[in-house]
Amino acid sequence: MSPQKEALLNYCIALGDDALTLGHRLSEWCRNGPFLEEDLALTNVSLDFIGRARMFYSHAAEIEGQGRSEDDIAFLRDCREYRNFLINELPNGDFAFTMARQLMVDAFDMGFFTGLAKSGDPMLAAIAAKAVKESRYHLRRSQDWIIRLGDGTEESHERTQNAFNQLWGYAAEMFEMADEEQKLVDAGIAVDRSALKAEWTSTMHAVLKQATLAIPTDDWAIGGGRDGRHTEHLGFLLAEFQYLQRAYPGQQW
Amino acid sequence: MNQQNLPLFEVFIRSSRGLDHRHVGSLHAEDPAQALDYARDVYLRRSEGVSIWVVRSSDITASQESDVESFCEPMDDKPYRHATHYKLPKEVDNM
Repeated sequence: MSPQKEALLNYCIALGDDALTLGHRLSEWCRNGPFLEEDLALTNVSLDFIGRARMFYSHAAEIEGQGRSEDDIAFLRDCREYRNFLINELPNGDFAFTMARQLMVDAFDMGFFTGLAKSGDPMLAAIAAKAVKESRYHLRRSQDWIIRLGDGTEESHERTQNAFNQLWGYAAEMFEMADEEQKLVDAGIAVDRSALKAEWTSTMHAVLKQATLAIPTDDWAIGGGRDGRHTEHLGFLLAEFQYLQRAYPGQQW
Repeated sequence: MNQQNLPLFEVFIRSSRGLDHRHVGSLHAEDPAQALDYARDVYLRRSEGVSIWVVRSSDITASQESDVESFCEPMDDKPYRHATHYKLPKEVDNM
């Protein structure tokens, strides 16, 4: 496999991992939502992300051409082989935490997939074009919720502020580029994520301001997801997610 | 959040261009904007339509069962209000 092909394979898997981990986290809200309508909405969003993961993994499987399927990629890799940003694997916390994380990811996704829709890889461009439409709706929802919660009661304000304070440092790695990815950018395939930070920051500032929330300080940052270095939470997520295929390999229903 | 405190909204969906909006059900939401978002998630998951209306259920003024007599029944003895009451000239094949 040429270095560029391998880089593209890793790129697709990383994007699939981002979508799958967050999609799985959101699916944990199923039947636990604050009320019926929101429960349905959250699981709809979850399915959007899981659908994205499937598309990225099947594209990866096709690039690899070694007979691995999208399911093999999802179910038969361990923590160190997962390449998602850490923010996606963090436990849901309370509803404010889930929506604060969602806003940070949705605002990033809007910029990212708008860029990826112009990718020289036609399949990536097509997946991204679909994702942009979904993310526009996701962002509308998360923005709306953050403004409601931040500018809501004393308790909802405090919980939402705490959530952003706990999450803020996880944003940094979304804008850090690795060499391999930079080469894909030069080849017109990948998106230069470092260039997305300014717009992301201005979106976040505008929403937080309207939500009467303070912008958290930039004095800490955690990364490593793209290198396979994860929080302790991913192992538990995968244990639940992969249990069936690990215990009964190849099981179908 | 307590669902009991959330106002009820009625949802109307237009299934395709040119057709009327039809009542499809109701849902709870904080305000009309949120009701519109939820209507999308609850009633438009399978491309059921191209346009959504939501209206606060409390804003609908509805006729009551007791109104039936005065609202609806008097029409029965006024057959001339129906087109079928009139004999059509032979030249008109169909109405």
